[in-house]
Amino acid sequence: MDNASLKKSIVAILRKNARTPVKEIAERLSITEDRAAELIKALEAEQVIMGYTAIVSDAAYEGEVRAIIEVAVQPERDTGFDTIAEKLSKFPEVQSMYLVSGQYDLRLEIVGHSLQEVASFVAAKLACQDGVKATATYFLLKKYKEAGVQLNKDEKYERLKIVP
Amino acid sequence: MSASKSCPKSWVARHIAPLPKSGIRDFFELVNTMDDVISLGIGEPDFVTPWHIREATMYALNRGFTSYTSNLGDIRLRKAICRVAEEKFGVTYHPENECIVTVGVSEALDIVMRAVLNPGDEVLYHEPCYVSYAPTIAMCHAVPVVVQTHAEYAFVLQDEDLEKAVTPRTRVLLLNYPNNPTGAGLSLEDKRRLADFAVRHDLLVISDEIYEELTYGERSVSIAALPGMKERTVLLNGFSKSYAMTGYRIGYALAEPPIIDAMMKIHQYSMLCASSIAQAAALEALQNGEPPRCEMLAEYKQRRNVIVKRFNDVGLTCFMPRGAFYVFPSIQCMGMDSMAFAKSLLQEQHVAVVPGSAFGRCGEGHVRCSYAASMEEIEEAMRRISSFVQYHMAIGKL
Ligand SMILES: Cc1ncc(COP(=O)(O)O)c(C=O)c1O
Repeated sequence: MDNASLKKSIVAILRKNARTPVKEIAERLSITEDRAAELIKALEAEQVIMGYTAIVSDAAYEGEVRAIIEVAVQPERDTGFDTIAEKLSKFPEVQSMYLVSGQYDLRLEIVGHSLQEVASFVAAKLACQDGVKATATYFLLKKYKEAGVQLNKDEKYERLKIVP
Repeated sequence: MSASKSCPKSWVARHIAPLPKSGIRDFFELVNTMDDVISLGIGEPDFVTPWHIREATMYALNRGFTSYTSNLGDIRLRKAICRVAEEKFGVTYHPENECIVTVGVSEALDIVMRAVLNPGDEVLYHEPCYVSYAPTIAMCHAVPVVVQTHAEYAFVLQDEDLEKAVTPRTRVLLLNYPNNPTGAGLSLEDKRRLADFAVRHDLLVISDEIYEELTYGERSVSIAALPGMKERTVLLNGFSKSYAMTGYRIGYALAEPPIIDAMMKIHQYSMLCASSIAQAAALEALQNGEPPRCEMLAEYKQRRNVIVKRFNDVGLTCFMPRGAFYVFPSIQCMGMDSMAFAKSLLQEQHVAVVPGSAFGRCGEGHVRCSYAASMEEIEEAMRRISSFVQYHMAIGKL
């Protein structure tokens, strides 16, 4: 396999499980561990891989309040949505952010310590920005699935132990 | 009154009584008495059936699609099967009269044998092989004739071995590639060679290609697609392995009309038709199942690479399978037979593998390990196998 397809496979493996050991990655792809490690470094340097996080259940959010906020903004002549989007994304309360098609333009995921904190962030920081036309806030109540992982796992059906 | 009191009359038919029960029955019982076993002995996918297929099954139930279908199977499913055969296997069949939907490849094997074999006819089949072949042939009052295959030829049938086994009574050549239990596969060249052999001896080929869509390297057309072969081949395939649908019990046979017609008669009287909801699920698998199938295939391929390397590292020589989800490492260096190896490994390390002897005499000296198991299970099983091998090698040297 050439480097490009190896990198693609490595990204796929790490997106499924970022903690897959380099040794296993190497063996899965029939390459040496050194080569696998080099390719991962290259992916990080090229910023294809930007970081690694854990998929957690609601239990890990104890003491946090999370919300999705849809924001309608006024695009600018030369830069479109980028200037305002980059500005908003700098707030540490913003966990993730996308430009989306549809009624609104930006979709933000916000984290705070309380309802009031999130509400005042929206009122005092977001809604009053130049170029922000409207916001809609949705507090998150329960997580069912993230990054392809179903959080309430189905009960596993026990297979026969030997099948010819 | 007769004097047969000491020896009560047996009601079991003469050709059924001597059939062996599966050779690993007592081993299976032993495995079942233990509850912390990691099993590499499971010949079915560890993936649950893709959700869209399960959902389509429920939709079929909701709509009340619960009656008999045509004996041959729902025509929409047969059309989809024939489309796949043309696109993927390179052979054109007519859905109206060249395709029959069966209760797994198991039923297809049974009814094709009954449809074509006369008492005393000989069937060439290759070992190591799936456990049902010889009994299925014997149940037709026909004669199973084994041709052995060997690790040094990557378990591919060799012409000279076939020539030695063929007789004027030989009627059928039964093939299974990609192979259970070895993972062996055929190149296009191999298929041409086997096709020539079949033509030369005027044999019908029954090709069990249930693992065809679990082929890891280059794929080639079915043997049925080679010149002059369609009229002498029955192609069997199913949904159990490639779509993770073993419990649905659904498969099919493709052949020219006279054979399908004969199979249909048996199927009609013994089975009537395959389950309607399983047929609906199979149709969904063919229509929308390509992405999850490819995803499972990619995962199996990577696990195969891992497990083959681990076995070779441990010192149990293992050849790189071309298909299916089995590896068939050699255990000859251990100085015990495959049943003893499997029993000791189970008792000492709580890992279950299937002794190669279960798949025929020439499977001796090997064990079958399935990598249709999670990576964690494979990792842990290989750790234990490694300790097992090291320990026994060490005491062997004393
Ligand atoms: C080679 C081979 N043929 C046929 C079968 C039976 O498959 P099905 O579930 O379609 O009856 C199996 C199952 O293990 C197999 O390995």
